[in-house]
Amino acid sequence: MIHPVPPGTRDVLPDEMRELRALSGSLHDSFDRAGYGEVWTPALEYEDVLRRGDERVAGAGFRVFDDRGHVLALRSDPTIPIARLVANRYAGESGPLRLSYFAHAYRAVTRGSGQAREFLQGGIELIGVGGAEGDAEVIALVDSALAAAGLRRHRIGLGDGMLYRALLAENDVEGERAEPLLESLWRRDLVGLEAQVDALGLGQAARDLLVTLPTLRGGPEVLDRVPGPAAEHLRAVHQLLAERGVAERVIFDLGLLRDLGYYTGTIFEVLDPAVAFVLGGGGRYDELLGRFGEARPACGAGLDIQRVHVAQIEEGS
Amino acid sequence: MSGGLTIAIPRGSLFEETLDLLDALGISTGEVRGNDRRLVFPGILTVRPSDVPTYVEHGAADLGITGKDVLMEQAERAVYELADLGYGHCRMIVAEPKDTDPMGERMRRSGQVRIATKYPRVAAAHFTATGRQAEIVEVKGSVELAPITGVADAIVDLTATGKTLVENGLVEREHIWESTARLIANPVSHRLKAAQIDELLERVRGLS
Repeated sequence: MIHPVPPGTRDVLPDEMRELRALSGSLHDSFDRAGYGEVWTPALEYEDVLRRGDERVAGAGFRVFDDRGHVLALRSDPTIPIARLVANRYAGESGPLRLSYFAHAYRAVTRGSGQAREFLQGGIELIGVGGAEGDAEVIALVDSALAAAGLRRHRIGLGDGMLYRALLAENDVEGERAEPLLESLWRRDLVGLEAQVDALGLGQAARDLLVTLPTLRGGPEVLDRVPGPAAEHLRAVHQLLAERGVAERVIFDLGLLRDLGYYTGTIFEVLDPAVAFVLGGGGRYDELLGRFGEARPACGAGLDIQRVHVAQIEEGS
Repeated sequence: MSGGLTIAIPRGSLFEETLDLLDALGISTGEVRGNDRRLVFPGILTVRPSDVPTYVEHGAADLGITGKDVLMEQAERAVYELADLGYGHCRMIVAEPKDTDPMGERMRRSGQVRIATKYPRVAAAHFTATGRQAEIVEVKGSVELAPITGVADAIVDLTATGKTLVENGLVEREHIWESTARLIANPVSHRLKAAQIDELLERVRGLS
């Protein structure tokens, strides 16, 4: 008789486990050498605490009542618990804080979609270093850790999570009026987005920019198409990455949005031509720490370890 | 296909017009036209229309062509919707038996309606959005049979000409939205093969 496991979860047997351990170990060593100390947080947190970080509880899919009637949620994202940890444990410390983690996270998935309900994330959080300097440190470390783990063809898709929102606001499309457009962009429905932009009745130049922005991706030349501080900031990040020798890994993607509610600026995704899925990503979240305690700038990145493992296999074959 | 791209195209009602589009783009379809059992051709996969987003999301193809109706029903698929291709026009509708109003009748007497459909998510979303409770009965084919046999009060379905509805004594009561063929892309390909995809997209736009 076969005893099933829940859809979206799986067993790992020794051959694969050996490789996953080696991969996690390699990433961990890269993070550790760069001064990122590993932390561990509980898989279960009070739902109220997670909600403080993101009103949608980062999309947490599983909740239980404990023996006292408190609602606990299985973390769906490691960053909010780390923000809580920093506020509790490092209050009053002003220097930069470099932390790493390897942790399972859990989310609800659509049946038959092939997504994992339980997935292992490894990542870093850089707290207290703002601006392009912090962004570049995180991106460069992700890049070099992946290279040290044997990837050769990975790329970084780089954008700004507030860019489209800011552009809409410049055209007086804000609040509830902006939400449906951001929703279309987030769902990657560029046809629907164009129709919604047309319905705004803006001038030709503003209309064209809002329609073409999500299709702007490529080298630093795409930044010339967008005026404003976000493009300047991305240029500065690119310059710092060039100094670290990783600029050629970067593909600007000005339509990039990530689904977590706490990003405030630079965001990125890790891509590899050998696999069709995004391997991981991250970004700047300057307001999240302030929701738990002292406001501090922060930037982080997380990698889906099993997907990186698939990329290792596919690149090798 | 051009630039080393692979495209998933739908075998079904959009098939002929999709092949005509590929011809107009200078992509050879002779092999596909000459062989209706083979599924894989150089740069082209032929799949069921509702499977196109799956193959594109999983990267078996960089690009795909399928109906907006399929994308609406599978809204969770991580694919870019790049262009409205303009053909394959049809409407998502609510239809009922011509001479009676079982939907209204049941709504009056039991506060909800029973709807048969191949598009359970679209149907549920439509009735929720219009403030009515609906019990959705999912069927895989010949949805017109459901109201005739009393399995459901009405149907939510896609219609191009309305002919099948008329032949089965049904009439359109509500119009939900319009659907046409769409060009979709895998999110990783969309960035890593940006130049090739944009070049193709330019040529598609140049045709209309």
